[in-house]
Amino acid sequence: MNNIPGNSSMPDLLLKISSWLCGLLIISFFSYLLVDIILNGFIRIDWAFFTDSPINAGREGGIAPMLMSTLLILLLCLLIALPIGIASAIYLAEYTSEKQWFSRFVRRSLNIIAGVPSIVMGLFGYAFFVIALKLGFSILSGALTLACMVLPLLIRSIEDSLRMIPQSYRLNAHALGLSQWRTIFRILLPMASQGILLAVILSIGRAMAETAALLYTSGYVTRMPESVFDSGRSLSVHIFDLSMNVPGGEQSAYASALTLIILLLIINSMTVMFSRLIKKGSIS
Amino acid sequence: MSMTSQSTHLQAVPDNYQPAPSVDQLPAHIHIENLTLNIGEQTIFESLSLPIYEKRINTLIGPSGCGKSSLLNCITRLSDYNNSKLSGTITLDGHNLLDNKTDLIKLRRKVGMIFQKPLPFPMSIRKNFALPLKEHGITHSSDIEQKMEKSLRAVGLWKEVHDRLDDRADKLSGGQQQRLCIARVLSLEPEVILMDEPCSSLDPIATGIIEELIVSLKEKYTIFLVTHNLAQAKRIADFVAFMWYHDNHGKLIEHNHADIIFNLPTNPITAAYVQGLTE
Repeated sequence: MNNIPGNSSMPDLLLKISSWLCGLLIISFFSYLLVDIILNGFIRIDWAFFTDSPINAGREGGIAPMLMSTLLILLLCLLIALPIGIASAIYLAEYTSEKQWFSRFVRRSLNIIAGVPSIVMGLFGYAFFVIALKLGFSILSGALTLACMVLPLLIRSIEDSLRMIPQSYRLNAHALGLSQWRTIFRILLPMASQGILLAVILSIGRAMAETAALLYTSGYVTRMPESVFDSGRSLSVHIFDLSMNVPGGEQSAYASALTLIILLLIINSMTVMFSRLIKKGSIS
Repeated sequence: MSMTSQSTHLQAVPDNYQPAPSVDQLPAHIHIENLTLNIGEQTIFESLSLPIYEKRINTLIGPSGCGKSSLLNCITRLSDYNNSKLSGTITLDGHNLLDNKTDLIKLRRKVGMIFQKPLPFPMSIRKNFALPLKEHGITHSSDIEQKMEKSLRAVGLWKEVHDRLDDRADKLSGGQQQRLCIARVLSLEPEVILMDEPCSSLDPIATGIIEELIVSLKEKYTIFLVTHNLAQAKRIADFVAFMWYHDNHGKLIEHNHADIIFNLPTNPITAAYVQGLTE
């Protein structure tokens, strides 16, 4: 413990114990969830589970097409959201003050988008991407809808990491005659790279777990997708379908949930490793 | 411009005062005329006029918050970034820098700036030089190498870092970082170097090294140094300008040869300040 030793009194002790108990509560909740999923899902998992297509509505067979659809949706979602996210964050952090009406309006809109329930976002994606833009139930529609959903998170975290850079770096850069372009792309963005990476990982986590928005947009066809215009069932939708609509599909649902959690854990530890690497080595 | 005109409305000139003869005959590199700076509603300083003499160490002293640093920022137009309103003129080579048509990138190549806290970019020493040089059109790596070596030698840092140019520049010691920042400015071949309390974050030894460096730089460059370290101004200044608050904003009170400011100042406020009686 690296706490500063202080005078301990009864209220202090109570605070210490109750906060410790709350910590314990969180750990036990997480452990229960994890143990339940591992116990029920692990027996169903073997190598074939990851390489085979589902049989009998997913009761048997594997989840290969779902893994592929999930991967495609995530990649496409990032490909769409990241450039827009970085550009908007640059605009908000570097070109406007927090007081200007336009940036206030952008921020307000982002907050509202962030608060839209995913089921509503799914309906919007259905109405706009699937119907109006005639993209149909497809991985592309799903990715576009997810991109809309992760944008607020992405923009906010990138903007925050840009704003965390002390103003003096910008002054130094300008004093050396560096253009805004070079200042942003060669100094500020590399300095914010850790924050950007973290934002990307958070967005991947958010997008990977998303179900409701994808039900309406990328569909639930269990075939292996052949292009981004094909419908594809994501892992999360698969879990939903197995547990709600397929009697006898529980074990597969557990196994798929375990797969999803492992994937999230891998992504999480990748973030930690990556940010350590960045800290050690030189930026840019 | 004479110092008498500036100080009359504040304080009558004493009878025994002899105006310094040579100030007006020196070629001024930068002319600041009637400059007023407002940030938002606040007036930072008002109708300030000051010549900055070529290849001399011009210093600006005064209490913190009287607008010394803001004045430096006006010259390189860094003041543009904080909602400043400027009136008056700053003339360099017959051109008013406050003109909207001023090419800021060219201006900032000609007029370099050293900040209070040295701030190398968080990248290698080499890249710290390459980045600004490339911006100013020097793209050949051999040219960049040569300019980097020359300016690192000029600040006496070459021997210390020549074998680790690919190490992070922000891992150097404070004094080395400040010399690196000066070298980075020198590599752009400026005419004027503005310095905003360049030693205030350094220890006495590093300060001594930087002061020697500043003195050696005046052979080739015009130096405009802001400091609230009077001893430093006394040690290295050729000319001293003194700013003080007046009606809640900064005002230039006196400007003259360093030895006159320190030994025979006209204004009693200056006299009190240089004797360390007020702060």
